[in-house]
Amino acid sequence: MINRDGQSRLTFWVTVLPPTLWVAVFFLVPLGIVWLYSFGENRGLTEIALSGTLSNYIRSLQPLYLEIFAKSVVVAGLTTLLCLIIGFPVALAIVFASEKSRAWLLLLVMLPFWTNLLIRTYALMAVLRTEGFANFTLEWLWDNASGVMTFAGLQPLGAFQPFELLYNNFAVVVGLVYVHLPFMVLPLYAALDRLDKSLMEASLDLGAGHLRTLFSIVVPLAIPGIVSGVIITFVPALGAYLTPDLLGGPDSQMIANVIERQFKRANDWPFGAALSFLLMYATFIAIAMRAYFTRGKAIDAHGI
Amino acid sequence: MNGNSLKTLFGSSSRRTFLSGIGAAAVGLTFTGGKFGKAFAAEEKKLNFYNWDTYIGENTLDSYKEASGVDVNMSLFATNDELFAKLRAGNPGYDVIVPGSEFVERMIQADLLVPLDHGKIPNIANVSKEFMEDAPYDPGRKFSMPYTWLVIGIGYRKSKVKEVPDSWKYVLDSDLYKGRIAVMSDASELYRHGFKYLGQSANAGNAELVKKVEEMLIKQKPNIKAFHEDNGQDLLLSGEVDVVMEYNGDIAQIMAEDDDIAFVVPKEGSLKQSDTLCIPKGAPHPENAHAFINYLLDAKVGADIYNTIKYPSPNAAATALMDDAYRNNAAIFPPAEILAKCEYPRYAGQELTQLLDESLTRLRAD
Repeated sequence: MINRDGQSRLTFWVTVLPPTLWVAVFFLVPLGIVWLYSFGENRGLTEIALSGTLSNYIRSLQPLYLEIFAKSVVVAGLTTLLCLIIGFPVALAIVFASEKSRAWLLLLVMLPFWTNLLIRTYALMAVLRTEGFANFTLEWLWDNASGVMTFAGLQPLGAFQPFELLYNNFAVVVGLVYVHLPFMVLPLYAALDRLDKSLMEASLDLGAGHLRTLFSIVVPLAIPGIVSGVIITFVPALGAYLTPDLLGGPDSQMIANVIERQFKRANDWPFGAALSFLLMYATFIAIAMRAYFTRGKAIDAHGI
Repeated sequence: MNGNSLKTLFGSSSRRTFLSGIGAAAVGLTFTGGKFGKAFAAEEKKLNFYNWDTYIGENTLDSYKEASGVDVNMSLFATNDELFAKLRAGNPGYDVIVPGSEFVERMIQADLLVPLDHGKIPNIANVSKEFMEDAPYDPGRKFSMPYTWLVIGIGYRKSKVKEVPDSWKYVLDSDLYKGRIAVMSDASELYRHGFKYLGQSANAGNAELVKKVEEMLIKQKPNIKAFHEDNGQDLLLSGEVDVVMEYNGDIAQIMAEDDDIAFVVPKEGSLKQSDTLCIPKGAPHPENAHAFINYLLDAKVGADIYNTIKYPSPNAAATALMDDAYRNNAAIFPPAEILAKCEYPRYAGQELTQLLDESLTRLRAD
């Protein structure tokens, strides 16, 4: 007994220590330094005095920055919602696909991860721009439709006006959805795959339609997957800066763009650190709230 | 109280002192080795070069290795801010860097550069005299050697404009090209051209003037299609916009691909800049760095570089070796009377930098 106890304790430490050290050295310590900077002041060009001042936080709470925070939350929220609406049927389809095609479908979802984000964003620019592939396709369809109408003896359509698809908020949301969709699909798939399919059969046998089964049985049971999907989509979308930089228009500024500038052009690390930590506090609160709400849901589900 | 204990923990001069201490130790080792032989024979045959992308001749580094035996390891940065942010936390081992003129001044002030020993760079004689003398950001060229120079102007698509857009008005204060304008997203570059347009010096920055330009730009914003990240040439080439604020070298590169594109420096004048060769503090191979800078200033080597990168050369001896297509290119070498109105932006201090940034944040948020 004693021997086994000692062994399991050793196993415990061997498994727990390396990741703990890793997190401490490469995550908590650097994060702690940035956190300390947020209470600092610039002294000259390269030095920061950690004076304990709150002025950076006071400056971050001005309406100007709060509005940018709010806008970023709206954009990230919209992105998450769209990812959920698109991702849920995709995940469901993969779960019900045949064993053989399932692996290929999952591979297709993960495939974009093998390409650098910057390259994917530039590819999207080539698709969306005025003289890009999306507009070329639409123009081709338009011209053909126009040809068919002339053939049928109708007035041809006017000249094709290309759509403004790039350099606006629309492009930012498209870019964010495109990039974050796999983050949503994978946890949803994991949750739906574990789901007991006999429950769905029971629901259908007892006379509920497909939609009713989906919303009363599948969705409530998939809540943990939905919540983790929402969180790991929303959090990186909120911190996105490359996508709004490259795809956005004159007013597509998100909070991460402002933060990035503080560390680069404005050379104001303490203020950038304060903005970063405000974002992080907000994220922690959001996650805590979700955890609280889903705990309630989980108990309900067990209660049934 | 709490603040004080934090200060002792990290110190107000924390990172840089510590990291440059490591750098100094490395340099110290080199010198100890040097005592026994020629001063620089002991330096290993290596050099770390931190450069912009597409900013060197195709074979320059290989032929340097052949000529000197020194292995050049080149890494790339995309903006001056990136360069500064990296060196600010201590030199990670670069020997030669290529900061823009405004950042040379900033880095001198931040004590990040090593003074150059002109005696080890005899090819200084190749640099045209005006570039040695006209360098308000580094008087006497104590810290920097000019590598290229550039001027910001307006790149435009000839078939889509009514007349040559030879004023900042068309970009900053007019709806003539509504929705087909792109400007730089860099606060300093954007606002300083606003100062020029309002008839002030590019270096005249003060809170009142910044406010004025901000109001003008907020009014202009609906006409602007994009604030570009120094990729304005791509926007122009792909037909996304028809007038764009951009560097002459970038536009000269796409003029070679598309005949319909031209470049003009507005009549109000604009900003000129110079990218320079410098040695950062804590460079592990300062001797090699001097030799490499000297090599890049060689006439033949320079001609090969400028032929590839199409940027204007401050190297008179190199320019003399190049073909007419380069020398007579009006985009690469704008007329002298317009150039006379262009100014080097000076580093304006932390306060104005942050004022400009906050103004840009307001502009983009509005």
